[in-house]
Amino acid sequence: MSTLSAIVLRDLKVALRAGGGAGIGVIFFLTLVTIVPFAVGPDMPLLTRIGPAILWIGALLASLLGLDRIFAADHEDGSLDQLLLSAAPLELIAAAKGLAHWLATGLPLVIVTPLLGLMLGVEPKSLFAVALTLFVGTPGVTFLGLVAAALSAALPRGGLLAAVLVLPMSIPLLIFGVVSTHVAIADGSLGAPFRFLIAISLFFLVLGPVAAAAALRHVRE
Amino acid sequence: MPLIDYANPNRFQKVAAWLIPLSGAAAVILIALGLLMGFRAPPDYQQGEMVKVMYIHVPFAWLSLAAYTLMAVSALGTIVWRHPLADVSGKAAAQMGAVFCFLCLVTGSLWGRPTWGTYWDWDPRLTSVLVLFLLYLGVLALWRAFDDPNRAGRAAAILALVGFINVPIVKFSVDWWNSIHQRSSITLGKSAIDPAMLYPLLISAVGFFALFLALYLAAMRNELLRRRARTLRILRSAEAEG
Repeated sequence: MSTLSAIVLRDLKVALRAGGGAGIGVIFFLTLVTIVPFAVGPDMPLLTRIGPAILWIGALLASLLGLDRIFAADHEDGSLDQLLLSAAPLELIAAAKGLAHWLATGLPLVIVTPLLGLMLGVEPKSLFAVALTLFVGTPGVTFLGLVAAALSAALPRGGLLAAVLVLPMSIPLLIFGVVSTHVAIADGSLGAPFRFLIAISLFFLVLGPVAAAAALRHVRE
Repeated sequence: MPLIDYANPNRFQKVAAWLIPLSGAAAVILIALGLLMGFRAPPDYQQGEMVKVMYIHVPFAWLSLAAYTLMAVSALGTIVWRHPLADVSGKAAAQMGAVFCFLCLVTGSLWGRPTWGTYWDWDPRLTSVLVLFLLYLGVLALWRAFDDPNRAGRAAAILALVGFINVPIVKFSVDWWNSIHQRSSITLGKSAIDPAMLYPLLISAVGFFALFLALYLAAMRNELLRRRARTLRILRSAEAEG
């Protein structure tokens, strides 16, 4: 367990210090939500209606930022080789790196969601439920992205490729995320779609590290 | 005969040399027969002559799904059994699958305009085929991202397997997604298809499967030649360097 906490702590430190880029995702999220009213017009009822979609697309795209760096940076400085040689199972190492990435980039998105929800006309009583749907959904996106990150670790231009690979597969999360956000906004409760969201997110939480470890083992030179 | 016998590329080339022309000829005959019978089949009582699109559209749809399964089986061959031809097969299946998926979308769109009144509708079935097409493009993009075909093959195999596990989830959520939004206004009757239309369709489908087999084997043969040329090029440049 100490190996895993060491990896999580190290990755968090790297992400939060200068040059780590942990805050950029939140700024990107904020910017994205800001430019939507310029595109569709400052029509508050319309923004309220498409608000969940904006929040989820924004969170999805922000989660993709820096995804390709999860393993690529370690591949470049050689620490990935050390991780591969270590006694800890590669699946758990991949899971630890995914967890650290989510703590650094996904959790901040969840924290600012209530604020952005207010800007999109979400009723204050529903803000917590809306943030909760993103809290459940974004780990699924990150762990699904873990596979793409592992596949593109050794590639010089893996960023866009990782996004292209992840987005079609994240459609289930998007569908159930947006629906459960709509339900949350309508009556401030969490219904059946939210349970589907939890199930799919948990499925990716298992599938992601296993597939990412397989990719790291097989794709190396 | 066990599949491992064809691990030797030369033996594969020998089989491909007669199987490609054979399945190509079968494809020409069966597609011609199927389409001819299709054109002589009675027009649909609702769609009129437009129903003829079915004789090519439905085989394309079946093939785009079959190719994905073939790609996933090849991926297992790459990862689990390390069969030397499995990644060649996976790449060929991805290329052909993308082509037939695209043709399925195009013919469906052209069929939809006169019968449904729109080229595109966000119906679950259309949407899931479009997502399947995007998954194919992702696999092909990953193939192109590596310069070493062996590593590209293993990466694409893992992606194909993850995609294969995900496809039912994507399909089910897309079906669900539509039913919670407004219902599609387009529902063709689920009546069983008349034999006068079914037989031409089946013959045409078998013909297109033969065409797929010929193109798939030819793509595999090309890929093997491409790799051989690549190896020769590397050897030559190594010699030039001394």
